[in-house]
Amino acid sequence: MATQRVTRNSQQQNRISQGSNSRQTSLLDWMVKDKSGNFKSVLKESSSVEDSTRTDDRTEGALQVAVGYFQKGPKKASLSKDKVLEKHLTTVENVALSNGLAPEAIDILLNVALSGKFGNAVNSRILKCMIPESHISEDSVLKAVSWLCVDKCSGNTKVLFYRWLVAMFDFIDHKKQISSLYGFFFASLQDDTLCPYVCHLLYLLTKRENVKPFRVRKLLDLQAKMGMQPHLQALLSLYKFFAPTLISVSLPVRKKIFFNNSKNLWTSASLAVRLRNQGAFPEPLNLPLRPTTGRSLKRKWNSHSVIPALNSANKEYGEKTASLFDYLSSERSLPLEQLQRFPQLLESIHCLELPSQMCSVLNSPLLLHYINCVKDESILLRISYWLSQALQEECVWYNINNYEQEKEFINFLDLVIRVQCFLQEGFYSCEAFLYKSLPLWDGSSCRSQYLQLLAWIPFSSFSEVKPLLSDHLAPLFFTSSIYFKCSVLQSLQELLQNWLLWLSTDAHVQPTTDSPLETTLGGSMSSVSQLIEYTGWLCVVAMRLESSSTLLLHFILDFYEKVCDIYINYDLPIVVLFPPVIFHSALLSLDATILNQLCYIMYRYRNNWTAAKKNRYLQKAKPEFSLSSKICKEYNYYLTAMVCCLWTSRPFKAGVYTDPETIENTGGTQYKSTLNIVYHPSLLSYAASFLLQESPEEMTEHLSSIQGKKWNWYLDYLYSEGFQGLKLFIKSSVHSSVPKPEENTE
Amino acid sequence: MDSCDFRGLTSRRRTSNLKNYFVGATPLQKRLELVRRQNSDFPSPSRRKIPQCSQLQEDIDPQKVAFLLHKQWTIYSLTPLYKFSYSNLKDYSRLLSAFIVAEKQKGVAVEVGEDFNIKVIFSTLLGVKGTQRDHEAFLVQILSKSQSSREHREDKVLWTGWFCCVFGESLQETVSEDFTCLPLFLANGAESNTSLIRDWFQKTFDCCFSPLAISAFNLSWMAAMWTACKMDRYMATTEFLWSVPCSPQSLDISYAIHPEDAKALWESVHKTPGEVTQEEVDLFMNCLYSHFHRHFKIHLAATRLVRVSTSVASAHTDGKIKVSLNRSN
Repeated sequence: MATQRVTRNSQQQNRISQGSNSRQTSLLDWMVKDKSGNFKSVLKESSSVEDSTRTDDRTEGALQVAVGYFQKGPKKASLSKDKVLEKHLTTVENVALSNGLAPEAIDILLNVALSGKFGNAVNSRILKCMIPESHISEDSVLKAVSWLCVDKCSGNTKVLFYRWLVAMFDFIDHKKQISSLYGFFFASLQDDTLCPYVCHLLYLLTKRENVKPFRVRKLLDLQAKMGMQPHLQALLSLYKFFAPTLISVSLPVRKKIFFNNSKNLWTSASLAVRLRNQGAFPEPLNLPLRPTTGRSLKRKWNSHSVIPALNSANKEYGEKTASLFDYLSSERSLPLEQLQRFPQLLESIHCLELPSQMCSVLNSPLLLHYINCVKDESILLRISYWLSQALQEECVWYNINNYEQEKEFINFLDLVIRVQCFLQEGFYSCEAFLYKSLPLWDGSSCRSQYLQLLAWIPFSSFSEVKPLLSDHLAPLFFTSSIYFKCSVLQSLQELLQNWLLWLSTDAHVQPTTDSPLETTLGGSMSSVSQLIEYTGWLCVVAMRLESSSTLLLHFILDFYEKVCDIYINYDLPIVVLFPPVIFHSALLSLDATILNQLCYIMYRYRNNWTAAKKNRYLQKAKPEFSLSSKICKEYNYYLTAMVCCLWTSRPFKAGVYTDPETIENTGGTQYKSTLNIVYHPSLLSYAASFLLQESPEEMTEHLSSIQGKKWNWYLDYLYSEGFQGLKLFIKSSVHSSVPKPEENTE
Repeated sequence: MDSCDFRGLTSRRRTSNLKNYFVGATPLQKRLELVRRQNSDFPSPSRRKIPQCSQLQEDIDPQKVAFLLHKQWTIYSLTPLYKFSYSNLKDYSRLLSAFIVAEKQKGVAVEVGEDFNIKVIFSTLLGVKGTQRDHEAFLVQILSKSQSSREHREDKVLWTGWFCCVFGESLQETVSEDFTCLPLFLANGAESNTSLIRDWFQKTFDCCFSPLAISAFNLSWMAAMWTACKMDRYMATTEFLWSVPCSPQSLDISYAIHPEDAKALWESVHKTPGEVTQEEVDLFMNCLYSHFHRHFKIHLAATRLVRVSTSVASAHTDGKIKVSLNRSN
């Protein structure tokens, strides 16, 4: 018998060494390594370190002896038996508590504890200190379980063993063979004292394929016999999770703890092991399932502001006719509740069990990755249906106003917006919601969220969107504060950007776009330019209403900064200029930053314009793109006006907007030479401070002295003050066309 | 409030001159297009056809329909059901009854298919639909089994609910074949049961329920159309209820008319054969208002219509309706 066991041991040890490669496996190896460690420690120089290692070695050595002692079993008629036993036990306990035991030591000691060589008290002390250094080998557990069958140990030892197994479950290196003992463990449920612990173990072990009708029936019988036991409830709910067609259970709301007494013995020890393992040993992947059904089950009709919890849908739930393929594939499929990390998603993206309520993905960043690349329309439809309903029902201005409710709605909208940003795509339901609710919106509740939704309207023909959106937005826009106007403009700018991004990626991927929304590139372009023109119209009216407010002008120019760069940034053949009102307000603004921004925009227009022209001559692609001569003329007018106003001091020579006589009548006879970068209302203060800086003592120097060389110095001064837009504009549009600035100031 | 899709009982005529951008479009895009279309002729169609007796009505099981009458139904709107199959109704019965039992006795697991003291029955309601393309309506009942089974006592009905779609073609075209579109859900019975059923449906078919209110605008339409129905004899007076929002207690104004008078008024107003127009409805209501004003000097138009009840049916703005009688023709 003994020899048999030895051979089996060695066999198993071989298996371990095969299974977990490069780990010290047999007790022999372990001892050898220990000696080498001893050797090294001799070489150590620092005495304190040496001391500590020496004590370590001493304890290690003592452990060897102790383990050896336990392995041999108690000597029959030894007088000093108790004393020696006590000594060795203490050694093992001390090492286990401080450093944990190596897998080999655990292997041996488990055998000892369950084989019944020693008394109950000793067995339980051994079991209590079975704390692994890093992990426990699966075979040790298998051997231990096999001892349970021969019934050599008492009931208490068995209980303690199961408790230990549950507590240390995560540290077992493999679990495949343990899983194959499922039937054995399940049979142990019969034992009333073992039942709670076996339940917990089964809870950790159960996989879909373990859930069989006969087991369900057995568990229900147990339930009938023992009543509502928390451990049984937990296992039953897990069974329900895997096989809702066989069993139905709903956990009580308040119940949170199902296995409260199992872990308390080893809590701190297992924490220490986890700390030791950090990094070296990956966290176990199959973390135990929590009873998800135990979450808030508050029944309330409008409870979907709280997005439902992720519950994976069971394939068989709806369809009875599960084919063989379904059966085979479902074995490998990953329930969502177990999905925790991105690599896991990548591995199982083909066999993911989708949630029963698709909208729950809104709360799961991981699954949003999945949604992002999925092509299945029904998934999007399911989200879309839910979202429409939820938006409609939660919308505060449909219901009685209530602060709490509004906050909830704002949070909900924020979440939806975050998801849209993540997916870089607007939901159709949100668009529909906008159209439906805009006529009823007061313009203030949830403003920021509402306007952000607006920015995510999916690309479509603007002529269709306009009557639904703009006709209701415009009255609000005109009657609201300047801040509202600014935020609307910003949203429109974001909308434009989203459309451009969508179009530019789409145009590259499929030049002959299949999108039924727009059949041609020209169609899409006209939609974009309609959006720009519409925004331009809003800008013009807003400028009049707000008497050319600088703040508003900033937002308007921000919008046009996006517009002027479309050709270069998005490779879309479109050039739309700003309306004259905007141009003139910006040009004659009292704010220098506005002027600077205008210069920058004009510079970018020029770049886009020339790039477009060049491309048109080089490659005759994109025939829809017609650089209309009207826009060209308009741009040239703007350019001339700017050069005249900033440089040549001959404002508005071409295209007279004001009757010269009117100006002459005002007495400003010098008007023709009074507008350039020196006299420009917004730059006047710069000119003055430039003069002061140049010649601080001469207070009487006139602004007209800035010419010739000084003109150039003044320019450099302006550039150094941060007028980068002006610099780019002058470098590109003035120096190339007007080579000698000195002459122009005459 | 433009509450979802309460267009069940009437069909709509649409004058859409939109370009047909959506040839072969996906359901999502179709749906969006539908939304845009609906919003462009917001608030509501200005005329509705009076539905004629169709072939479909011959399929109707009179017993089942009788069961639906004379009960007050709370109505809900419902998004399309995902992977619902009419061939699995038996399984749904088993699953739902196990679910209800498990929910009622929290923490106790039950086996699906076991014999419980309650029974859930799913059955189709043939013929309750507007066109051939509408999905078949179905009925869900929760019955409590009588304890003394030897006596031939009928099982007691605890709760009833039904799902239907009448003239839903505009919705139909926006769903793909994985979905079953039954946008209207009507429930009668304890609220707790309704909410259990709702939970189960939401989890099983990924759908979403929401209570459906009937706007005053729609109520006046109903009043007009129900008044117009030909009846053999009138069982009840035509009654309107207006609510005046004032504190501390709101004031309710009830206005009852003899149904034949109402009918006479309607006939004097109704001009277009085969359909009812917005103008007619407005005129009908205005006549009632001015009559009331002449006697009581109260402008009813300034208050809110909350309930309409006629011999045919009654409806409350809270989303409660009751159908009393079939039309005689």
